[in-house]
Amino acid sequence: MNKKNPYTSHFTFIGIFLKTAKIDKDVMSNTHISPSEGSRLNTRHLLSIADLHRPDIDSLLDLAETYLDLSVQKDARNNVLAGKTLINLFFENSTRTEKSFELAGRRLGADVINMSMATSSASKGETLLDTATTLNAMNPDLLVIRHSASGAPALLSQKVSCAVINAGDGTHEHPTQALLDALTLRTRLGAIDGLRIAICGDILHSRVARSNVQLLNILGAEIRLIGPPTLIPLDADQWGVEVYHDMKGGLKGCDVVMMLRLQLERMSGSFVPSKREYFHFYGLDRSKLEYAAPGALVMHPGPMNRGVEISSDIADDPNISLITRQVETGVAMRMAILHLLSQGGDTEV
Amino acid sequence: MPKLAISNARLIDPKSGYDKRGDLLVEDGVIVAFGTDLFAEGLSPDIENIDADGLILCPGLIDMRVVTGEPGAEHKETLASAGRAAAAGGVTSMVVMPQTNPVIDDISLVDFIGRRARETSPVNVYAAGALTKNLDCTDMTELGLMSEAGAVMFSNGDAPISNAGLMRRLMAYSSAFNALIAHRPVDPDLSRNAVAHESDFSARLGLTAAPAAAERIMAERDIALVELTGARYLLDLISSTETLPALRRAKSRGLDVSASVSINHLALNELDIGDYRTFAKLDPPLRGEDDRQALLKAVNDGSIDIIVSAHDPRPSGDKRRPFAEAGFGAASLEMLLPAGLTLVADGQLDLIAFLRAVTSTPADMLGLPQGVLEIGAPADLVLIDPGKPWMCNVDNLRSHSRNTPFDGRLMQGAAVVTICNGKIVFDNHRV
Repeated sequence: MNKKNPYTSHFTFIGIFLKTAKIDKDVMSNTHISPSEGSRLNTRHLLSIADLHRPDIDSLLDLAETYLDLSVQKDARNNVLAGKTLINLFFENSTRTEKSFELAGRRLGADVINMSMATSSASKGETLLDTATTLNAMNPDLLVIRHSASGAPALLSQKVSCAVINAGDGTHEHPTQALLDALTLRTRLGAIDGLRIAICGDILHSRVARSNVQLLNILGAEIRLIGPPTLIPLDADQWGVEVYHDMKGGLKGCDVVMMLRLQLERMSGSFVPSKREYFHFYGLDRSKLEYAAPGALVMHPGPMNRGVEISSDIADDPNISLITRQVETGVAMRMAILHLLSQGGDTEV
Repeated sequence: MPKLAISNARLIDPKSGYDKRGDLLVEDGVIVAFGTDLFAEGLSPDIENIDADGLILCPGLIDMRVVTGEPGAEHKETLASAGRAAAAGGVTSMVVMPQTNPVIDDISLVDFIGRRARETSPVNVYAAGALTKNLDCTDMTELGLMSEAGAVMFSNGDAPISNAGLMRRLMAYSSAFNALIAHRPVDPDLSRNAVAHESDFSARLGLTAAPAAAERIMAERDIALVELTGARYLLDLISSTETLPALRRAKSRGLDVSASVSINHLALNELDIGDYRTFAKLDPPLRGEDDRQALLKAVNDGSIDIIVSAHDPRPSGDKRRPFAEAGFGAASLEMLLPAGLTLVADGQLDLIAFLRAVTSTPADMLGLPQGVLEIGAPADLVLIDPGKPWMCNVDNLRSHSRNTPFDGRLMQGAAVVTICNGKIVFDNHRV
């Protein structure tokens, strides 16, 4: 315990430093973002969508929308994380999430360290808390963690003295994905309030679905979950959603269709009989998309199984598919998250 | 298609309870009219007429549990031979079980059964798809695609699924298609190597036996899973008193649970295995007389929904062996109606309850348009002589395999004319 005190004071010190180091607005160009006082988050960590209040979500989306402009994103003066250390701690393999956080951190001027724990001391038997102690000794300011165990980021957050961001934990949550999905929708459709959104596929094992259900509910969307009964949690209808087991009924009138990835190992007889049966009943193709509202948009958190949950001609149709756009908004969204979290939450001060 | 008339019959529709003397007219394979004095103004001479002379005319029987050997063991039974046996027994629709070789666990096999049956069988044949691939109790089959291909229900044959996690997923998955899942309530560990009902009788014979609790335990487990998943579930072949309270409780709680019993278990008891008579070696085993009485009562009060033949043809080489080594099962397709009518004649079984359990209730469970006397319904009909005395002789059975435990028994009642889709497929009335 006495070991922890120096870090805590260090963190506080950073916070004070940030406030005093604020750049005078007058000398800024219009592409320059300032860490504004009003947009502080009510949370120190981003472990779950439940950590965020509506004003936090609005601040994050507003700031992210500014960062969507590439000239803002790449403006070297937006180095609000200069001198700060961001550690990407990935216990599970990831392409887009890890690189997206890395790029976001670098564009904000942070020192970024990627630790692929699949090939590190964790694979030699080190426990998560031992890893946490080791990392703490490196004095990071932001820790992005992905782990196969639900709740691992929360456990880590109790043991380190910096902000922890959940980049996906087990089948629990993936809050930054939900935020970037919301940003994607907001920039394309304006408001999320009142949209009818279907989330389809393997809800049972999806952390993306859990985060999205919470976030889109807060933002006022009408949410439907569609999937075979074996892939939808038993009491999912208690989540403020409507549950459907057929695409025809479920997609009726939907403005947005979010497809989820189906893990291949879940497809050969254990949860669903086969790939071909899954695609036949739940894979998104043109004919099923016709059930949705005219002009409905399609999203997918990636990586896709083409021909299993989504047909290629839909995934690659720029008029329908937001899939590439989701990756683009991912960087801007994560810049906003890193930016606001680095200022410290109210609970921390 | 020419018209067909049946006059002077006792018309019984078990579903509505209609039971009146009258006539019935068939045209283009469907019932177009029926009622009292339908032909009062005389019948056009170009219409073929069967004078029923007061015999019962009711919907053809629907047998929901028939094992055949096609494909894979055509020496035991083909769809054609089973179809002939069915027609002779008043059965106009049968559901073939998936335990063929290869197993009916794929849409191509469902398609094959339908195609072969249309080519060779005089009666309607429907396929039951397998619940697990190759009936191995490990991987789920393509239940949805097989449903679309025409499988009317799903079963794992005689192999009980002991893995409760798998059973839960099967039930949950099938509920999306509202598919009917039939499962043998048998605890495989409690019944291992069993060849008889556990009782003082089987103990004296020195036979390895299964307790009735083996059935009840699996039934209770499955009912709990039905409650969890909302599946449509059939307890396939119940045989003991002990299972009945679980069944009645499930029904009283509004669960979609039904049960079937084989005609063998209504007509016979464990004493019929007598001196190691392997033709009465069945799975589930024949149980005590009190069990038989309780099963009859449950059919009469509607607790047990359907009666099946549990037709399981075995070549004689498979049966003429020491009891423990002999094959299970009886070829009862042709005996379903006569054995039931014999119980009716004996006052043990209510006629309407019996007919309902072999016509309208199976039709409702399978979603078939048959099983009723209704205008517009398929003309699948059977003309029954309820009082006809005869003796069962295996040599006269139409099935390829003749392993019937009813051999040499006196029966009362038989089908005399069977009509399937408006065509006479069996006629023992006017010869």
